[in-house]
Amino acid sequence: MAVTEALPEASEQFVEVVGEKIHWLQSGSGDSLIVLHHEIGNPGWLPFYEQLAQRFTVTVPDFPGWGQSERPLWMRSVRDLAVELNLLFDQAGIEESVLVGLGFGGWVAAEMATMNQSRCKRLVLVGATGLQPPEGEILDQFLYAHMDYVKMGFHDSDSFRRVYGEEPATEQLMDWDVHREMTARIAWKPYLFSQTLPYLLPGLTTPTLIVWGAADRIVPRSCGERYRDALPNSRLEVIEGAGHFVEMEKPAELSRLVLDFAGA
Amino acid sequence: MFIAYFTEQPDASFPQEIGDELGYTALLLPNKYFNAEAVSELYQLRLREYQRAEEVGFDGIMLNEHHNAPFCLQSKCNIFAAVLAAATDHVRIELLGNPLPISDNPVRLAEEIGMLDLISKGRIISGFVRGGGTEQISTNANPAYNRERFVESHDLIVKTWTEPGPWRWEGNHFQLRVVNPWVQPLQKPHPRIWMPGVASKETVIFAAEHRYPFVALSTTFETTKKIWALYDQTARAAGYEPGPETKGYELRVHVQDTEEKAIAAAQHYMWMQGEFTGVTHPVWHNPSGYGSPTWRRQFVEMANGRRQNVANVGKDVTIQDLMSAGNVIVGTPDQVIEGLKRVLDELRPGILNIWCNDGRVSHETGMRCIELMGQEVLPAIRQYADELGLNSPFDIDAPVSLATTPQAELQPVGA
Repeated sequence: MAVTEALPEASEQFVEVVGEKIHWLQSGSGDSLIVLHHEIGNPGWLPFYEQLAQRFTVTVPDFPGWGQSERPLWMRSVRDLAVELNLLFDQAGIEESVLVGLGFGGWVAAEMATMNQSRCKRLVLVGATGLQPPEGEILDQFLYAHMDYVKMGFHDSDSFRRVYGEEPATEQLMDWDVHREMTARIAWKPYLFSQTLPYLLPGLTTPTLIVWGAADRIVPRSCGERYRDALPNSRLEVIEGAGHFVEMEKPAELSRLVLDFAGA
Repeated sequence: MFIAYFTEQPDASFPQEIGDELGYTALLLPNKYFNAEAVSELYQLRLREYQRAEEVGFDGIMLNEHHNAPFCLQSKCNIFAAVLAAATDHVRIELLGNPLPISDNPVRLAEEIGMLDLISKGRIISGFVRGGGTEQISTNANPAYNRERFVESHDLIVKTWTEPGPWRWEGNHFQLRVVNPWVQPLQKPHPRIWMPGVASKETVIFAAEHRYPFVALSTTFETTKKIWALYDQTARAAGYEPGPETKGYELRVHVQDTEEKAIAAAQHYMWMQGEFTGVTHPVWHNPSGYGSPTWRRQFVEMANGRRQNVANVGKDVTIQDLMSAGNVIVGTPDQVIEGLKRVLDELRPGILNIWCNDGRVSHETGMRCIELMGQEVLPAIRQYADELGLNSPFDIDAPVSLATTPQAELQPVGA
């Protein structure tokens, strides 16, 4: 794990769904809250998760093909991924949960919610991809070195160092490469958005909090505005001093917003 | 021995300092620097050079394809092949080759190559490639499925050429309702398929398993011998004894009347800061999923600046360095003959692709190189190749593939 700050250990588990082993981290107690990670993967048990775990049972799965979860060779789309995760939580008996999606995980969360509103008690989308930005473009990571791309997701380079250290280990770079390859396998074209999701979102009545880093250089804020306009029961909040990886850069601010929204 | 003439068809008409300023010369090099007038003229000159190469006795003209890259003006090798099919008479047209994964319709490629074979009266050699990493990005072909698409596209094209239609293809990456193209190649069972490559073991194995010649592209002697060892082991396991007819080698060779003139012209091989596929970022050259997973550690170290980028070492290399390694040969006809004899001794290929001209080499200098090749170098090399028994697939009428080799002839060893 890349996280440099000492944190209480989360419990680790492998769960099998559709014949594949899925890895997840879990900690805390109370109602269920599921965090869906970025396309760069989950670097470990983050302070953001720990803050949420004061109120919720927080589950952070590695997506199939990411982290320690087995690669699904058959998977072709983000919607496939959302279906598999829904099946995973069916099997785990999590009937109702807050879904918090980070970046690419926000797209996954939105897809999951459109398929099964009854599970999704509250939806939080943080810098979510999944919609074509009306203005600007989602940054193409395939044109940048792994580390440069991740650094671009932070507003402040100190935040990057706090999470990944001064010089991330080669193993971390390899993980990013595997995750990048998985991203290509299911979201290469169109890149990181769906052409059909916009037409499904208006049917989603789940209360939704949309959060954007004010300095997000990876996903334009216009995506957040599009989510807000498409989702009937939503609002958009902007966090100053944060880039795309809001949960790593401003964990306290983000967890406060999430707890106020979903924890009452 | 089969000897083909090759040039990358470079476009050196753009301001060279742009590459130095930006640090790259492909993919994102802004095309506002493209000079249409100059390039139109370059195409005319290349055509005359190809025609001269046929006249002086080359057996083939090798064509290739790249995208978003001034180092190669062929953004569709089949287009220049069509020109040559009509503008030449007997020289073989060696496509090395069509990048299969970047095309969404392999049957269309099968038709195009079929047309080329008919127009050229059966002179097409149909090489297939995966395309470079940058090609995957510039044509938006998913790098993570590059190899799967390559294999499936190959299978579909060969079936299109050999199995009478109509039939249907519901594959993993390609789906075609009715495969039944009217136009089919002239050569039977189908045009020869050759596989060029550099370092991918998977491609070497694929070529050997299909009994397709593997053409090593400017690799060092040491690397080439490793490729041959892998090829031979795979071939024997498949049941046939691989001779020189299964081995091709492409290298840079420039000949002039004097050594001084030759070295001056050969400097142009270094025109792209010493590279020949342009200077790029490693993640463009090798987008995630494109390369072999066994290479991942080295790749991420290169991509993130922790290891020298093997694809971009040119700035530190001189033409003299390349010449002393032996796989770039420059000089008078006698010097070039001597260098090429060493290549034949060391690597024993039955197929030789000679890359004569690059960069800003003038048309006149390029033509002189072609003429000296034809008058002096080719006859001497052919004779030497005969002495060494270096036959091409045409010399011995080798089967075009393993699938078309009579079953009784196959004797798998060490499988």
